[in-house]
Amino acid sequence: MEAQTLYEKLWSSHVVHQEADGTALIYIDRHLVHEVTSPQAFEGLKLAGRKPWRISSIVATADHNTPTDHWERGIEDPVSRQQVETLDANIREVGSLAYFPFRDERQGIVHVIGPENGATLPGMTVVCGDSHTSTHGAFGCLAHGIGTSEVEHVLATQCLLQKKSKTLLIKVEGQLGRGVTAKDIVLAIIGKIGTAGGTGYAMEFGGSAIRALSMEGRMTICNMAIEAGARAGMVGVDEITIAYLKGKPFAPTGEAWEQAVAYWRTLKTDDGAKFDKVVELDAASIQPQVTWGTSPEMVVTVSDRVPDPAQEPDPVKREGMERALKYMGLEANTPVAEIKVDQVFIGSCTNSRIEDLREAAAVARGRSKAANVRRVLVVPGSGLVKRQAEAEGLHEVFLAAGFEWREPGCSMCLAMNADRLEPGERCASTSNRNFEGRQGAGGRTHLVSPAMAAAAAVTGHFVDVRTLG
Amino acid sequence: MKPFKVLDGLVAPLDRANVDTDAIIPKQFLKSIKRSGFGPNAFDEWRYLDVGQPGQDNSTRPLNPDFVLNQPRYQGAQILLTRDNFGCGSSREHAPWALEDYGFRVLIGPSFADIFFNNSFKNGLLPIKLGADEVDELFRQCAASEGYRLTVDLAAQTITRPDGKAIAFEVDPFRKECLLNGWDDIGLTLRQADKIRAFEAQRRAEHPYYFA
Repeated sequence: MEAQTLYEKLWSSHVVHQEADGTALIYIDRHLVHEVTSPQAFEGLKLAGRKPWRISSIVATADHNTPTDHWERGIEDPVSRQQVETLDANIREVGSLAYFPFRDERQGIVHVIGPENGATLPGMTVVCGDSHTSTHGAFGCLAHGIGTSEVEHVLATQCLLQKKSKTLLIKVEGQLGRGVTAKDIVLAIIGKIGTAGGTGYAMEFGGSAIRALSMEGRMTICNMAIEAGARAGMVGVDEITIAYLKGKPFAPTGEAWEQAVAYWRTLKTDDGAKFDKVVELDAASIQPQVTWGTSPEMVVTVSDRVPDPAQEPDPVKREGMERALKYMGLEANTPVAEIKVDQVFIGSCTNSRIEDLREAAAVARGRSKAANVRRVLVVPGSGLVKRQAEAEGLHEVFLAAGFEWREPGCSMCLAMNADRLEPGERCASTSNRNFEGRQGAGGRTHLVSPAMAAAAAVTGHFVDVRTLG
Repeated sequence: MKPFKVLDGLVAPLDRANVDTDAIIPKQFLKSIKRSGFGPNAFDEWRYLDVGQPGQDNSTRPLNPDFVLNQPRYQGAQILLTRDNFGCGSSREHAPWALEDYGFRVLIGPSFADIFFNNSFKNGLLPIKLGADEVDELFRQCAASEGYRLTVDLAAQTITRPDGKAIAFEVDPFRKECLLNGWDDIGLTLRQADKIRAFEAQRRAEHPYYFA
């Protein structure tokens, strides 16, 4: 048989039907649901008199609108509350494999709870009305975000209409330097290929530096595939994948586990398989990254200066850079290390897992929030992450440093709840998007790793975390 | 879904790259549980001088005179000219809902983000990819003449300029058919229900652990 890429294996094992122009009907194994992109889909289903095709594919949670403090008060914003209660009612009516509602001990960000409960398994197609569904590709899945019409389509038919993507391999070889993390790898990738570099492609991450990462690190990288334009990111299955899944609540057990693992071990790109495009990065040369603008591709290393639009020959790009600098309140050629921050956010589906919190705590330990930093929010990705962190005493490290230790949720990644930046405030954030207004109208976001965010919190400005010792 | 056949529409230019879906419709408006009513908040942070909130009367809010869509000459525009990577970021279908509710039926640009591109077709909104030079020329012509209009014919796959030049564009045959007829994807897919059931039964037999 001809050598195949992981994407080709996943694609061909899910084609139900194919039209003459190549549009295919793809079977969906796992449907993750949250409160923001589902109400109109459930309503559409009901209006058309249709029933969900396979309830046991659904795993749901409320994460975007939920507060991260004072849970005893419930959800105080009535519009947010209505959206969460609408999800409660829809799941009550329709059913699901699992629902982790607001205040449930396993509630959390949908892209954190899927994997940690073993609801995301290698070889699955995984969809959710959320672009960061690419996260789940870390498990050797075909996972991507969909719109609400497609949420309704999956509910009604268990399938999606798709065209096969081209394939792109991002190969990261070598060993990462001390203090350099998965987040720095993915920001460096986006800096290299741009936010549209992966458009039309399914993106596989490979090479020795990716193989060396934990599942948390791989999830961080696949999470931001969409920020490079690729709907789906993925990593082949190996022993790290299998070890992570063993014993998870929805993972198979006994004989089924053995059968599953035998199949999962085949879920990697064959030697000699051809990709439509290959991009290579040298892990050893990647430095801690900091975004300076309003698109994730506007990124430099911490030892660089803010770029000068005058040096950019392309007029559309130059104008974009000028607009970004104005919005960000920055002057060209300012050293990144001189940029002071007002808030720090450690959380989001990119960086709120236990390993991320450990990295941040290692920097915060024995240090204190700088005087010019108004607030440092640490928001664990789920109830399970929160309890694990507390069992390790990480919350005490954060609290001793003057950071706030919150309840799980999406929080200030997109500021749909009360956690947000005030106009003009500057934030070091471990989230995934530095778009205008993303963390609050007029807010200014710089994307960094958890270690770099903690370093900014304790020094008050961006600093190379490796110099803190 | 509204069918799309031929549109003769006023053109508005949005001359910036990487317009993300957070900019098209900011997060506070995603709390709605409806599909309609997003038009007055399309491009909210660029369009108004204050910070918009859901449920507000938008007609009394201060408009940003510097935002291109607020210029009198572009009122009633149904065709939006864009730059590279329009619709990047979040998968929120509220973005095409907002654009459609605002009055746009066609978007023309050199490239679109994948999820946004797909979501647009589900809502009777036709995104058209043209070469960068063609798009540049449309921006130039649009700036040069007030009341600039284009005729978009989906069946013929052409955009006709006021100077008579017809520009051909590509569209997937399947998407074209659905849009021309205003077909509901779900109804079409359910015609394959037997195939889906057969596929599912076989998958369940081979990989029972995905069906636990």
